[in-house]
Amino acid sequence: MLTVDNLSAGYGPVPALDDVSLTAGHGEITAVLGANGAGKTTLLRTISGLVRARSGTVSLDGRPLTGVSTEDLPALGLAHVPEGRGVLAELTVEENLRLGALGSRRKTTAADLRRIYDLFPVLAERGTGLAHVLSGGERQMLVIGRALLSRPKVLLLDEPSLGLAPKVVVQIFELLRGLVRDDGLTVVLVEQNARSALSIADHGVVLNLGKVVVRDDAATLAADDGLRHAYLGF
Amino acid sequence: MVRRHLLLALGALVVVVLVLETTSQFRNAQFAAMAYYAIAAAGLTILTGLNGQLSLGHGALMAVGAYSTALMLQSREGTLPLLVILALATVITVVVGALVGVAAARLHGPYLAGATLALAVAIPGIPLYFSEWLGGEQGLNVRMPEIPVWLADAAYFVTGQELTQIRYLAYLGWLGVIVVFVLLANLSRSRVGRNWQAVRDDEVAAELAGINLGRARVQAFVVSAGCAGLAGGLLALSARLAAPSGFTLTLSLLLLSAVVLGGLGSLVGALVGAALLTFLPQVVTGAGTDLGLTDVQAAQLAPLIYGLVTVLVVLLAPAGLAGGLRKLIHWRRSS
Amino acid sequence: MQQLLTTVLTGVTLGVVYAAFALALVLIWRATRIVNFAQAPMAMITTYIALVLIDAGYSYWLGFAAALLSGLVLGAVVERFVVRFVSGKSEINAVILTLGLFIVLHALAAIVFGSRYRSFPAPFGLRGFQIGDTTIALTGFGVFTVVAVAVVMVGLVLLFRGTDLGLRMRASAFNQEVSRLLGVKVGRMLTLGWALAALVGSLSGLLIAGGGLVHPSYMDGVVVYGFVAAVLGGLDSPVGAVVGGLLLGLSLSLVSGYVGSELVPLAALVILMAVLLLKPGGLFASVRERRV
Repeated sequence: MLTVDNLSAGYGPVPALDDVSLTAGHGEITAVLGANGAGKTTLLRTISGLVRARSGTVSLDGRPLTGVSTEDLPALGLAHVPEGRGVLAELTVEENLRLGALGSRRKTTAADLRRIYDLFPVLAERGTGLAHVLSGGERQMLVIGRALLSRPKVLLLDEPSLGLAPKVVVQIFELLRGLVRDDGLTVVLVEQNARSALSIADHGVVLNLGKVVVRDDAATLAADDGLRHAYLGF
Repeated sequence: MVRRHLLLALGALVVVVLVLETTSQFRNAQFAAMAYYAIAAAGLTILTGLNGQLSLGHGALMAVGAYSTALMLQSREGTLPLLVILALATVITVVVGALVGVAAARLHGPYLAGATLALAVAIPGIPLYFSEWLGGEQGLNVRMPEIPVWLADAAYFVTGQELTQIRYLAYLGWLGVIVVFVLLANLSRSRVGRNWQAVRDDEVAAELAGINLGRARVQAFVVSAGCAGLAGGLLALSARLAAPSGFTLTLSLLLLSAVVLGGLGSLVGALVGAALLTFLPQVVTGAGTDLGLTDVQAAQLAPLIYGLVTVLVVLLAPAGLAGGLRKLIHWRRSS
Repeated sequence: MQQLLTTVLTGVTLGVVYAAFALALVLIWRATRIVNFAQAPMAMITTYIALVLIDAGYSYWLGFAAALLSGLVLGAVVERFVVRFVSGKSEINAVILTLGLFIVLHALAAIVFGSRYRSFPAPFGLRGFQIGDTTIALTGFGVFTVVAVAVVMVGLVLLFRGTDLGLRMRASAFNQEVSRLLGVKVGRMLTLGWALAALVGSLSGLLIAGGGLVHPSYMDGVVVYGFVAAVLGGLDSPVGAVVGGLLLGLSLSLVSGYVGSELVPLAALVILMAVLLLKPGGLFASVRERRV
């Protein structure tokens, strides 16, 4: 379980995040929604320590993450797939995956790789080739697979649907739902594509100008026309 | 603005006369050295500070000016007037600088640094290869022409002192400093100078504003090379010699550090840097020998300090010492 | 024919040393986007450390090992305590910083070790091998040079391709932020990268010095040749650096043999400008364009 309490961050007089709180429950998908510039990415980056929090706390299963450096988070069970995917294109697919396991301070086993290749058969074909040649959808699969290899309790995903064909988005979102259901993974899903995100999420949090404007069940949010028009654009 | 610069120049001229007339031959020689460092540093300041191009090759460009001057002073029969020779040396270096500048204009950052570094290392090899003309390792001796009689007489009439060769050279150098600084100060405030600055700050914005990036860069390089050429000519006259050992990579690096110490982009900074290059060695070498270092070791203390301060300036006060001081004062005031 | 053979053999021997030096520059460039011009005086300092030991009566090999080890330490110290503070800031500042270090190390060496020329021993013969009546330009030390560089390169390939540590180092070089999110201690990897690069630089310093003279600026030309070789290879590619080093060694050896050794630096300048202006991505540039 990931708990964010009263988190503020950003430079200058206008904070990028202003007193944001949220709870991502065990085995649930929490969607973080909002327009461009609402602070969604900053929220994930502050959770990971890439952006310094001005105030507030983040804790993972009750353990505060204040003062824990970004590099130590994977070992504690927090994986963050950044916006723009973060594939290391100059490395091979397999090397990318190995790095995922290294993050939690262990060696990659053949079984680890097989598990990921079972989830994403297309990656198995690409294994020894450079990640450079992967398509957008394959890259998204690679980074999710890589994150899974660190055996996370909590997975932060930043705009996984960005630039992908609808069919691929469906494939990836269904896979996420499966992981949450079967493995008890906790997912914080940042999305512009609110409709799709709410379709698989349990809860949703809507940000606007760095503040939480509403939080509710995903179904309730999706049914609220006024909210949808005002903040979610569908 | 131009008027103010001219007034400043006139004031500077008075100061120069007073200082040179009241100091010893030895000091005069030091001031002559400071003059050519100041001219070269000012040129580099314009290039690096105003236009954002880094050159590690200015020592090599000074060599071009120095060898040109030396070659024109070889014949035992009459030579051209000294001012004409220095002007020609400047023009020759400008031509070389234009060639380098055209190539350099397409490079940036580490690539430009590497290319000009290669220039600095390559140029001293040329006189070694063409040793018949350029004197090889020994270099070319520079025959200092006589001071024109009318000038010597006039100087005696005004100051009541005999005008020595060294003082004459110091005057020549500082005349050069004043002319160059006035020109550069006006230039940097002109439209051309602002264009150079725009190219440094943001290439895309500059190009959108209709500035030809390549042309602006070549212009800046050419102006800066001209300064290096004049400085090289004056150096050859002061040293009475143009030899490869005088234009090593170290010279280029020291010039750059002088510019950094003075604060990138400020002409006053270039003057401060030149003063440091001229006067610091004597002070610290003295201190070094007092501490028991040999002469050779003590002579390295000055470059050690330049290097250390350069590193510290980059780490702590990227605007240079002058800029750092300004910031400190500002901070004091505002807090 | 005899002269051509001599030129080629000399070129290959020099070429591998330039290749090693270029590799050192490339390792650092890839990791921190800094061209470490101070690599030359760093290698000079470590060679002097070897010389001091050897002159004190210790074996060549002890000096050799000490130089490599001190290179490792010097590289780590320079990254951790100096370069760390400019990484990611303006590239002109980083260049000026390495040049400031250049001046500092030069002056320090002259103060500590003196500025006169000192001869540096070679562990193997410096006379060419005899084949029948003719002496060819391949010397025992030349063979050692090629072997030493080859060993180091194989070692680096094994490290980078075959170990988890190497994988972490490569990841840090390509994308620091993603690497941190994957749990890679990027700072440590950068320090280690600089240390390894300085070790390779020290090796080329030792090989240039062997059987010749050292003084505080004896590596100044080599940093230019290393840079040209690295740019020939594209500055980003270790393999390119090695090939670039060999090509440059051969070309410069031809210039030296048939034109004049004084013009070797000028030839390097011409080659550099030709590459930068005609093929800025290096000789083996793939599709990706590069801003020089």
